[in-house]
Amino acid sequence: MHTVVIGVIGADVHAVGNKIIEHVLNEHGFNVVNIGVLSSQEDFINAAIETNAKAILVSSLYGHGEIDCRQMKDNCVEAGLSHVKLYVGGNIVVGKQDFKEVEDRFKKMGFDRVYPPGTNIEEAIEEIKADLT
Amino acid sequence: MSIHLLVDFGSTYTKLTAVDVEEEVIIGTSKAMTTVKTDVLEGFNTALEKLENAHPKMGEISAVSACSSAAGGLKMAAIGLIEELTAEAAKRACLGAGALVNHVYTHHLSKKEIKALKSAAIDIVLLAGGTDGGNKECIIHNAKKLREAEIEVPIIVAGNKDAADEIETIFDDSKIEYYIVDNVMPKLKELHVKAAKDVIRKIFITKIIEAKGIKKAEEKTGEIIMPTPESVLMAAELLAKGYEDEEGYGELMVVDIGGATTDIHTLGRGYPKRTEVILKGLQEPFAKRTVEGDLGMRYSANALLSLVSPYEFKKYYQYEDESNIEASAKKRSEHVDYLPDNDQEEAFDAALARICCDLSVSRHVGTVEVVYTPLGNMYYQTGKDLTEVQYVVGTGGVLIHRKDAKQILSEVTKKSNKKLELRPEDPKILIDEHYILAAMGLLSQKHPKLALKLLKRHLK
Ligand code: B12
Repeated sequence: MHTVVIGVIGADVHAVGNKIIEHVLNEHGFNVVNIGVLSSQEDFINAAIETNAKAILVSSLYGHGEIDCRQMKDNCVEAGLSHVKLYVGGNIVVGKQDFKEVEDRFKKMGFDRVYPPGTNIEEAIEEIKADLT
Repeated sequence: MSIHLLVDFGSTYTKLTAVDVEEEVIIGTSKAMTTVKTDVLEGFNTALEKLENAHPKMGEISAVSACSSAAGGLKMAAIGLIEELTAEAAKRACLGAGALVNHVYTHHLSKKEIKALKSAAIDIVLLAGGTDGGNKECIIHNAKKLREAEIEVPIIVAGNKDAADEIETIFDDSKIEYYIVDNVMPKLKELHVKAAKDVIRKIFITKIIEAKGIKKAEEKTGEIIMPTPESVLMAAELLAKGYEDEEGYGELMVVDIGGATTDIHTLGRGYPKRTEVILKGLQEPFAKRTVEGDLGMRYSANALLSLVSPYEFKKYYQYEDESNIEASAKKRSEHVDYLPDNDQEEAFDAALARICCDLSVSRHVGTVEVVYTPLGNMYYQTGKDLTEVQYVVGTGGVLIHRKDAKQILSEVTKKSNKKLELRPEDPKILIDEHYILAAMGLLSQKHPKLALKLLKRHLK
């Protein structure tokens, strides 16, 4: 069973999607550690260390995801989590921007997969499973 | 008449409390110097004689219960993975069991840390790390290091259950005495300290008491059932929660200022009192104890002085001639049974007590932090919100014997520049005048309702 840490980063309180993600991942046999809304990078990283997680799924809905996710990969590497996969999804930037550019920027930051607005968690699950095995 | 005798072998005094269980009254209390260096029973017998002389009609003693903090109390080291998570959970388990925790280690133990641990004056090591199913590499590494170092004190393993079998193999063919119990943090941020606390108490009763030369007392007192701070915490919990139809006082705080340490106990959930405040961090125990090893009236007087600037100290101590400050502190740390013999020395003690109270409360209470976000200010709370605590109970030698004890305890509500600390705002202050808190914790094991009634009657 794969352990994954999920949560909503930064000062973001959008809680509904987070609960759905927890539920769906559980259904699909993941061991889900949900740190909830208003979580800092440090919260994600500490949780991943203690629980020996294979992946971190960051949600950001309120538009400030890019600021909140800065250096997250570097911080993971620093904390000994270079092997942990990093995913991000939700409405990660403000307004309607060309997603390809957004994706590139997040990939440069070290995220393994970046999901455009409107991607349901179900759509991502197969990819995540494949990455982790 | 049925007398239950309660005994507390303290670091300085052996204190007795006699309770008439049928009449539901405290017959009397007495104390004598603790005599661990020679024979603990000497001190006990002296105190018992005093008690019997003062109350010749006391009658048969039908039961005895004892606790102890003599010979340095119970000292532990806590090891975890992340400082704010399993290391903190391990530390809280130790504190809740009545131990003093001067050594906390995180991540992989280094050679230097192992060396420090080996030479430290500790009685038990608590080894944690990883949630159940989580990280086990770190705790296994640390177990191997402890084994290589041939740590001589008992080791309690309370980490990731997936690592248990491997740790068992590591320790099995060694001389290490070890106990594997439930994880102190089985799920992220979930505190689960009961199993660890129970085994700490078991080791305390069976081993530590013996090692510290207190075992002999058991000829007279029966098994010494727990460390004194644990009985204080139990009394406080009973007083907060109530028992059956006897109501409790609700959220409360106990401030115990001793010669070497200051203990703060709080009973209550401590959840945020305002909706816009978000709670962060590890779950808080309902009954929480913290101990400050650098805040005390005698052994720690020097350490205490180094914590406050001379300017700050003068705010507590208004004597023109301050040349004696260092000398007064030194006198106290060298003569731990020193009692002030003039006004100036009285004032000095009062200053020390106020500082103990202020700083230890400051370290115990939760804090609110403002986080400036793109969407304006957000408030995060770590630790307990104690602003609505109804009662603060003062105990410990200094407080009990001073007329100005309540003024000293008013430091609890001090605001000053620390406005983000969630201290009690308007509590009622009570003093444990007859020094019965620990005794009532002991009594509560058999007669909880009576212990509660006596607490309510005698804390004033
Ligand atoms: C309800 C809501 C709120 C509620 C939230 C209540 C709560 N506690 O949950 C309240 C009123 C508090 C709120 C506030 C704000 N909101 Co709002 N809110 C919404 C709304 C209408 C619905 C969100 C929702 O619950 N959706 C249903 C869930 C199931 O979907 P979801 O959250 O998108 O999550 C799914 C997917 O995104 C995906 N997913 C999410 N994370 C990840 C991660 C990975 C790795 C993957 C694969 C998938 C994935 O899977 C989830 C489950 O299927 C949306 C608009 C919308 N229709 O989406 C706006 C919206 C998210 N909010 C928005 C904004 C701007 C705000 C505010 C800043 C408004 C303001 N100026 O005050 C504040 C921010 C407050 C804060 N600090 O977070 C914008 C964000 C715009 C942007 N990013 O460019 C939106 C899109 C509205 C809009 N069109 O403008 N909001």
